[in-house]
Amino acid sequence: MAILSKDEAQALLKKVLTYTTADECEASLRGRTSGNIRYARNSVSTAGAQDSVSLAVEARFGKRSGIATCNEFDEATLRRCVQRAEEIARLAPESPEYVPLLGPQTYLSPPSAATTTLTPALRAQAAADSMNLCAAKNLTSAGFLDGGTSFRAMRNSKGLEAYQQSTNTEFSVTVRTADGRGSGYAIADVTDPAKLNTKALTQRAADKATGSVNAKAIEPGKYTVILEPAALVASDDLSLLGGLVGGLDARSADEGRSFMTKKGGGNRKGEKLFDERINIYSDPLNAEVPGNAFDGDGLPTQRMSWVEKGVVKNMYYSRYWAEKNKVAPTAYPNGFIMTGGTQSTADLIKGTAKGILVTRLWYIREVDPQTLLYTGLTRDGTFYIENGAIKFPIKNLRFNESPIIMLNNIEAIGRPVRLAGCLVPPLKIRDFTFTSLSDAI
Amino acid sequence: MGGTLVDPARLLEPGLDVAQKKRLADVALNAAKSAGASYADVRIGRYLNQSIFTREKQVQNIASGESFGAGVRVIASGSWGFAATNNVSEAGLAQAARLAVAMAKANAKTQKEPVNLAAQQGYGQVSWKTPIKQNAFEVPVAQKAELLLAANAAALANGANFVNSSLFQINEQKYFASTDGSYIDQDVHRIWPTFSVTAIDRASGKFKTRDALSSPMGLGYEYLSPQAADKVAGPSGTGLVGYRNSYDILEDAALAARQAKAKLTATSVLAGKYDLVLDPNHLGLTIHESIGHPLELDRVLGYEANYAGTSFATLEWRKKNIPYGSKNVTIVADKLQPGSLGAVGYDDEGVKTKEWTLIDQGKLVDYEKIRDQAHIVGQKESDGCCYADSWGAVQFQRMPNVSLRPGTAKLSVDDLISKVDKGIYIAGRGSYSIDQQRYNFQFGGQVFYAIEKGKIAGMLDDVAYQANTQEFWNSCAAVCDQSDYRLFGSFFDGKGQPSQVSAVSHGSATSRFNAVNVINTGRKLG
Repeated sequence: MAILSKDEAQALLKKVLTYTTADECEASLRGRTSGNIRYARNSVSTAGAQDSVSLAVEARFGKRSGIATCNEFDEATLRRCVQRAEEIARLAPESPEYVPLLGPQTYLSPPSAATTTLTPALRAQAAADSMNLCAAKNLTSAGFLDGGTSFRAMRNSKGLEAYQQSTNTEFSVTVRTADGRGSGYAIADVTDPAKLNTKALTQRAADKATGSVNAKAIEPGKYTVILEPAALVASDDLSLLGGLVGGLDARSADEGRSFMTKKGGGNRKGEKLFDERINIYSDPLNAEVPGNAFDGDGLPTQRMSWVEKGVVKNMYYSRYWAEKNKVAPTAYPNGFIMTGGTQSTADLIKGTAKGILVTRLWYIREVDPQTLLYTGLTRDGTFYIENGAIKFPIKNLRFNESPIIMLNNIEAIGRPVRLAGCLVPPLKIRDFTFTSLSDAI
Repeated sequence: MGGTLVDPARLLEPGLDVAQKKRLADVALNAAKSAGASYADVRIGRYLNQSIFTREKQVQNIASGESFGAGVRVIASGSWGFAATNNVSEAGLAQAARLAVAMAKANAKTQKEPVNLAAQQGYGQVSWKTPIKQNAFEVPVAQKAELLLAANAAALANGANFVNSSLFQINEQKYFASTDGSYIDQDVHRIWPTFSVTAIDRASGKFKTRDALSSPMGLGYEYLSPQAADKVAGPSGTGLVGYRNSYDILEDAALAARQAKAKLTATSVLAGKYDLVLDPNHLGLTIHESIGHPLELDRVLGYEANYAGTSFATLEWRKKNIPYGSKNVTIVADKLQPGSLGAVGYDDEGVKTKEWTLIDQGKLVDYEKIRDQAHIVGQKESDGCCYADSWGAVQFQRMPNVSLRPGTAKLSVDDLISKVDKGIYIAGRGSYSIDQQRYNFQFGGQVFYAIEKGKIAGMLDDVAYQANTQEFWNSCAAVCDQSDYRLFGSFFDGKGQPSQVSAVSHGSATSRFNAVNVINTGRKLG
C-alpha cells in the first residue's frame, strides 16, 4: 500500500476533490516503504521496517486556509478529512500572505534508477559484511543503513496534477580501534542500492581508524586544508555548504537579516561573493543525483544556477515574496551540484606542500548569522600533509570559519562525488581558521 | 511535531479507557510469551501535540497532531526484538508481538552475549499524571494565539523590527505493561513558549537577535500566568529577570527588543581570559552537553559511536579518580523534580523514577542507566532512564534531568559578581557545539555584560567561550544559593539512528567559572 502508482494516486486524489465545497482545495499524497539496520560493537542493535502513506487536504475559503491529514483511505475517512480541513479553514484568520493555488503545470521527469529492492536479508548481509571485516581485524564498527522507495502526488481544484517516485539508500560507518585510540568514518548515499558496497566503505573507514592512532597535537591557527565531501555536506546535520546554499533566501535578505542583506536595503543578488571558480547549480535531471520534479507548492523545478563564476545568480523567492517583488518564484530544490575538476582527494594531497586532510566535520552550529560564521570540529580521521603525502595523524581541532570566506580562499577544486543528495567536490582551501584543540578520538 | 493533523477539539477527547488498554496489553504479552519470549513489554501510546507560530501581527500556522498506536518489545533467544502497529486491536497487537519475537530470533544470530536485564518488581495497576493546573489543550487556540501576538506587539513597541513567536504543547498518554506484572497508566504534559526578536540597522546592514529567556517545562498553561513569586531579579544594571515556574512573556518580549537594539551598538569583546558568571538559563545547556551526555552509559559503551559519539568519561577513566569538577560541583540526576521536563512516575520500561548522584563534590560516582546496562557497572537496578518518543520507536537510554546543586552558603548574584574583578556575565541559550567525546566545547549566549571591579559595566557582543569539560568544571569557583535556583530545558534533544527526540531539564543557580578562554566571533566580509 505504501507506494501508489501514478494512476492509483491520481484516482484517489480526484475522488477526494469531489468531496469539497471549498473555494479552493488541494490534496497531496506522500508514501514511503523503507527499512533500516543499526549496529554497534560489531553486533546488530536494532532493525526495523516502516510503511506509511498519508493524505493531506488543504481547503480554502477566500484567504482562510485549513489543513487536515489522514492515513486511512475508506470513503468515510476521506470525507471526514476533507470536512475537517474545511472546518479548520472556516475558523482560521485570513492570511495576509495568501497566494492562489497553482493551475496545471508541466514537469520534468527526473530519472529513477533503482534496479534492486533493499530486502531485510540484503540489509542484514550489508551490515554483516561491515561487521565481519572489522571483527576479523580486531576493530569495532558502528553503522547505520537506511533505505527505501518514496512517492509524492498532488492534485488541486485548479487543475494541477503532479506525481513522482524516488529511491534513496544511505549507509554510514564509524570504525574504531579496539583501544579507542583511532577512529575512521565513511559514508555514501545512492539512488540504486545495487551500487552500495558496505565492505569497501568499511575498509575505507578501517584504514582511517588504524591510520589515526598516535595522533600528534598541532598549534591551532590558519592552515591549508583539504575538506573531503563529508566535511562539506551532511544529510543529518547542518553543513558548511548546505548552510550557505540553503541561506540564499531573498525574503530574509530583503528584510535585513541575512548574510545576503545589502547595506542600505535589498539583497546582494548579482554580486560576486566568491572565488570565480565557484559554480553551484541544481538540476533535477542529473543522472547521479536526480532531484524532485516539483516542490511543496507544486511549482516545477528546473535547472537553476545559484552561483556562477563566483556571482550569486539566483536566490529563493517563495510564491508570496515573488508576487510582492514582481519576480518569478523559485522552486526549492532538494539538492545541489558544485562543479569541479578531475582531481581526486589523493591527487589534491599530492599537490599540497603543507596542509591538513579533514575527513568529516561535526556538530556545526551557526555562531553569527550576519557573517555566516560557523563553528564545529574535525572528526574520525584528521591528518597532516607534507610534501604531497600524509605524514602523520593529528588531534582533532575546532574551527570558526564562514563558508563565504572559505569560498574566497580556494586553492583547488577536485572531482565532485555524490553525498547527501548533492554532488560535491573535495576542496583545497587556504587560511582555514582552527581555534582550539580537542582530545576527542 | 509529528502525528496526524487533527481538529484542536480532538485533543480533548478521551482515548481508550484503562480496562480496554489492559485487555489489549495482556493479548500482546500472552502472544509474545506463546511465541517464545522470555520477557515482553507493550506500550500503548496516544501522543498529542499542538504548535502555534506567529510573526509580527499575523498567525502563520496552527497545527494540532495526534498519533496513536502500540509498540511491543520482547526478549527471545537472548536478543531484543521490537515491532509496532497503529492497528490497536487484539489481532493487531498479537501480530506485532509475534513479529517482535521473530525479529528477536533473527537478531540473535549476530548477538554476542544474551541480554542481561536487571530484575524489576511488578507494580500492579498504577497511574501517574503531571501535576498541572490547567491543561494547555483546554485553552482556546485563539486565546493562545492572541497571547503570542501580544508578545509580538510588546516587542515591536520596544523597537524590534521583526519578531517570531511560537508555543509548543505536548501530552503523552502512555500505557505500559510488562510480563513483570506492571500495568502503568501515565498522562504527561509539557509546554514551551518562545520567541526571537530581530533589530536591524538598514544603513549598515547589521542585525542582531535576542531569543526568549523562557524554559520549556513539564507544566500546563499555568506557566503562562506570571506570578511575582516566580520572578528572580537578575544582576543589578542588566534589567534581566529569571523565571521559575511561571513566565511573563510580555515583559520578556519588551526587554528582548530593547536588548536586541542595544546589541547593535554594544562593545565587541576583546578576546582573552575572563571569569564567567553564568545564568541558569545559559548554564543549563553547558550542563546538558558537557555532563548530561557524556554520562549516558550507552555512549560510554560505544552504542552511539556512529552518530552522537562516545564519551571521555569511560569506565577506565572513572577508575583513575581524576576530578570531573571542583568541590563546588555536585551533580544530581533525577526524573522527579516538579515542573521539570523529565518528571514521570515510571520510565518506558516500567521502572519507578528516582534521584541519584552523578558527581559528588567534583568526583564522578555514577552514570545514567537502563535495565540492560545496570550489570555492566555492577549494579542491580535501572535508574529509570528509558524513553521512546513515540509508540512506533523502540525505547532506549535517554538523559534524565541533570542538575547542579545550589551552594549551601547564602550567596546572591550581586554578591557573586561583587567579587569578580574582570569578567563577563552571560544569560540565555546561544550557539553551542561540542566534540563527539565531550572534551572541547564552544558556547555563545543571548546577552553578555562586562563585569569590571565587581560591577556590571555595559553590554558586550561577539562573545563565545571555548573550554575543555574537565578544566571548565574544575574552574567552578562559586555557586549561588537555592534562592537563585531555576530550571533550563531542552525540548527537542536528538539522539539515535533513526533519530528520536526527548525533553529534559537542568537546574542550577548562577555560577562563577574562573579564567575561561573567550573568543571574539565578529568577522568582516568583503
